[in-house]
Amino acid sequence: MANPDIEHGSIGEVVTQRATLFERNAPLVLEGGATLGPVDVAFETYGELNAQRNNAVFICHGLTGDAHAAGHHGNPERPGWWDNFIGPGKPVDTREFFVVCANILGGCMGTTGPSSIDPATGKAYGLRFPLVTVSDVVRVHRALIADLGITKLRAAIGGSLGGMQVLQWAMDHPEDLGAAIVVCATSRLSAQNIAFSAVAREAIMRDPNFHGGDYVDADTRPDAGLAIARMMAHITYLSEEGMRNKFGRRLQNGTTPRFGFDVDFQVESYLHHQGEAFLGRFDANSYLYLTRAMDYFDPFGDMEHAAARLADLDLPFLVMSFDSDWRFDTSHSREIVRVLSAHRVPVSFREISSPHGHDSFLLVIPEYHVTVANFLRRAELPPQRRPHAS
Amino acid sequence: MRLDLGLIAEMVPTGARVLDLGCGDGDLLSALIRERGCQGQGVEVSSDAFHACVAKGIPVIAADIDDGLTDFTDNSFDVVVLSQTLQATRRPARVLHEMMRVADTAIVSFINYGHIGLRTRLALRGRMPVSPLAPEQWFATPNIHPCSILDFEQLVHSEGLVCAERHVLGADGGPGGRWAQRRPNAFAAAAAYVVHHSDRVRTGPR
Repeated sequence: MANPDIEHGSIGEVVTQRATLFERNAPLVLEGGATLGPVDVAFETYGELNAQRNNAVFICHGLTGDAHAAGHHGNPERPGWWDNFIGPGKPVDTREFFVVCANILGGCMGTTGPSSIDPATGKAYGLRFPLVTVSDVVRVHRALIADLGITKLRAAIGGSLGGMQVLQWAMDHPEDLGAAIVVCATSRLSAQNIAFSAVAREAIMRDPNFHGGDYVDADTRPDAGLAIARMMAHITYLSEEGMRNKFGRRLQNGTTPRFGFDVDFQVESYLHHQGEAFLGRFDANSYLYLTRAMDYFDPFGDMEHAAARLADLDLPFLVMSFDSDWRFDTSHSREIVRVLSAHRVPVSFREISSPHGHDSFLLVIPEYHVTVANFLRRAELPPQRRPHAS
Repeated sequence: MRLDLGLIAEMVPTGARVLDLGCGDGDLLSALIRERGCQGQGVEVSSDAFHACVAKGIPVIAADIDDGLTDFTDNSFDVVVLSQTLQATRRPARVLHEMMRVADTAIVSFINYGHIGLRTRLALRGRMPVSPLAPEQWFATPNIHPCSILDFEQLVHSEGLVCAERHVLGADGGPGGRWAQRRPNAFAAAAAYVVHHSDRVRTGPR
């Protein structure tokens, strides 16, 4: 069989599917009490669900990801965002696993979010969309796998906000998961993390084209604000070393500075490009909602409540961080490990060395990929007796 | 599995939650989980050994125990094991202190540098000792803090801890011979101890 896509470890061409979950009469009830229904979900699947329906792996995407994690939509040069991670012979091997990835609630890539039409008004929700939490995102993931006929996942995997979803899922519904993989994530944003999010949101909301979130009605978009938010966030995804190696102080054109305010340094040009490219694919209101969901995320915050949930948690965790990541540095991952371990949850952890900062989780780093592959294929141990926590 | 690990496995209570420091490929934890119903957690600094544990399904944290056991809260384990590694740590007393923080029972095994063969090599030949358990030359050995049985017992005492059990080991890792039992500091190749907090002796077993 000479399928060139398989030979290159690619799933090949895939299409994004759509599910309509919940109903007006049986809506999704959000953590904050508001209701949504029906909820559209854009998702993709790779590999085959086996007859026992027990080989499914769920991929949770980060802040600006989408359902298109792997394979391609017609142009093999432009694969999904985690194509180096998912596919035949890759860490999440689609010859063995049935992989599901869905755009998250509050997003703008096919799943219901603030840019969706509010059935009550016939107009986009804008800021009338209810605040969503990471728990709410997980509620929709659960409804999707139920719709696909899956009652238990082999594993849920995610990086950054994706890893936060996995942690929340394990705490809310441990019975859904056979294992959890949490990469460069956090159990709570630091003041510095929230500060960066706050400035990003200010940039969007102070854009004269924001119109209180109803920019669609005004037939405009807060592009300047959204681009600034993206440029700033992108700085936090790279590392000092990575930026120095990639750009240094090199100039965009030639070696003589132009001594003006136009884009002159290569790093400026790069950020400018990142900001512009983002405008075509992301909704400013979604950026507000999803960064806010991250700010409020704190599953260990009420420790008494958390302890009760952690006491029921008996699934193996793999937690990983990258040494040059300063968005969610290793101390964030170690805090997750410390709390899980204190509550007798079996946890593996490793800090991986990489110069590429927070974005490392999207790159091919052999030690990282081998660890994930080994963890997903780990030998089954007999159920471990869990002595009552002292 | 190494013979001394078999002996250590028998020292661990059934069903205990065990932390194995320097767990290697996870052989001891694997045996404890499969045969004694224990819940196991490993710590390992070597990359290859880390991968081996993950593949075996043994929870393992990649860390250097010399950096402290900061990933673990007080009393989060029943038993903590340190096998033939104490002499390779930078600060053995601190490592022992950290072990007793995260568990109230520690099992520690180490190479006995009081062994007569090692003593005579230094005394008669004037050369730094090597042995089957520690074959590397002085410049290559990981054992930067060699100690004898007497030295270890003194450390335990000075830390306010108690040696509840002592098992002497021969060079093969099995139980030592008659002379090792009678005069362990001179004839045991290695030893394994169960160490408790001293207050535990007063309050008795839980």
